Amino acid sequence: MSLFTILLSALLVNNFVLVRFLGICPFMGVSKDVDSAIGMGLATTFVMVVAAAATWLIQWFILEPLGLPFLQTLSFILVIASMVQLVEMFLHKTSPGLYRAMGIFLPLITTNCAILGFAIMGVQNSYSFIETVIFGLGAGLGFTLALMLMAGIREEMQFADIPKPLRGVGIAFIVAGLLSLAFGGFAGLV
Amino acid sequence: MNTTIVSLVSMGAMSALFAFGLAIASKKFHVETDPRVQEIEEVLPGVNCGACGFAGCSAFAEGVAGGEARVNGCPVGGAAVAKLVAAIMGVESDGLKRRVAQVLCKGGHTEAKERGGYDGPKDCRIAHATQGGDKACSYGCLGYGSCVAACQFGAMYMDENGLPVVIEENCTACGKCVDACPRDIIMLVDEEQGVHIRCRSLLTGRFVRQVCSVGCIACQRCVKVCPTGAIYMEDNLARINYDKCTNCQACVEVCPMNTIDWQEGKGILDKVAVG
Repeated sequence: MSLFTILLSALLVNNFVLVRFLGICPFMGVSKDVDSAIGMGLATTFVMVVAAAATWLIQWFILEPLGLPFLQTLSFILVIASMVQLVEMFLHKTSPGLYRAMGIFLPLITTNCAILGFAIMGVQNSYSFIETVIFGLGAGLGFTLALMLMAGIREEMQFADIPKPLRGVGIAFIVAGLLSLAFGGFAGLV
Repeated sequence: MNTTIVSLVSMGAMSALFAFGLAIASKKFHVETDPRVQEIEEVLPGVNCGACGFAGCSAFAEGVAGGEARVNGCPVGGAAVAKLVAAIMGVESDGLKRRVAQVLCKGGHTEAKERGGYDGPKDCRIAHATQGGDKACSYGCLGYGSCVAACQFGAMYMDENGLPVVIEENCTACGKCVDACPRDIIMLVDEEQGVHIRCRSLLTGRFVRQVCSVGCIACQRCVKVCPTGAIYMEDNLARINYDKCTNCQACVEVCPMNTIDWQEGKGILDKVAVG
């Protein structure tokens, strides 16, 4: 499988949010305006790429040789949590505005199931090191894309005359469903 | 048994490695912060309404610590929070009178004439900027509830007559509704004040009568009857100077249009004449 196919597959065909339904919490929580959606997406992408490298090394140099594949979830969570901590400190130092805009959602990347999900999937597909990193990049960019699309639509919806019972999260879920259907159109591309 | 030891050692080593890395990173990326900022943030209401003029509670806390904001600058927390913030900053608080929002229009569906024809989004600001809404009065409440939507504290609702009502117990005087209203109908007033001239129309009496049955027609009876000189006339509209008003209600009785309102339950005020 070529690297481009892996990237495209993670980005569109098997988009983590809209096709695999992972990481729905930030997808709903941080998609109210485009700016913070992009920030959240890029932070997640960064964590995914770094976590891809770290989890690959742990899986093939620690867990497999020592015969401990059952500790996969535990060790991956450990790696991801540490990476998120690092990103948080880095952002606090370099970009206080973005740090404040993302607020509670930044630490919540730790528990973003999309990140743990992609790390485990990368192992299941027995990707090489480069392939895993590209897979992480694709997954992160796909996540960013989904967030941006959703945020753009929700910004436009602010002045729409939405029926009262559907306002807020209700209509957001309907929009998410339609977006997901649209992404179904990419099936068969790879 | 062997597996247990290998698991413990490998995971322990990994955790230790990450802990070490994070410890170094936290030193390297350390950000100097004023410890008072955190303390102030903890006593603030934490609703991030922005009524203080800062982007949120943490920004306000930084402002207070940095000397840009006053210790009593949080209208939501009021005097209680001001006291706590002042204690952290080591200064005396001069307190804060509680204010609430007042809606200065009585022209609902039954009182104000409607001209119809508005078919745009049900939002006061859009209606005001485009066709001016359904009502014939160009100064009155549009009735689409932008103020209610702006209220974060559940302190407002639209009554059946199409006018916003303030629930004063819940109002925090954050001013969101004041900003949301394109017609400047909502005002923040000291809570103790019970007499309000609920009209903002600058039209002369004849034209006011054409569009509304409760508008101020500038007859000046309230100005004449007011014992403290709190009411004055400006641009065909009676206005009240809350600094002088004592809630005596003399004006409420003489107002022929019933524009001036008395809120039951507010007491007579003992004010020293100003000026």
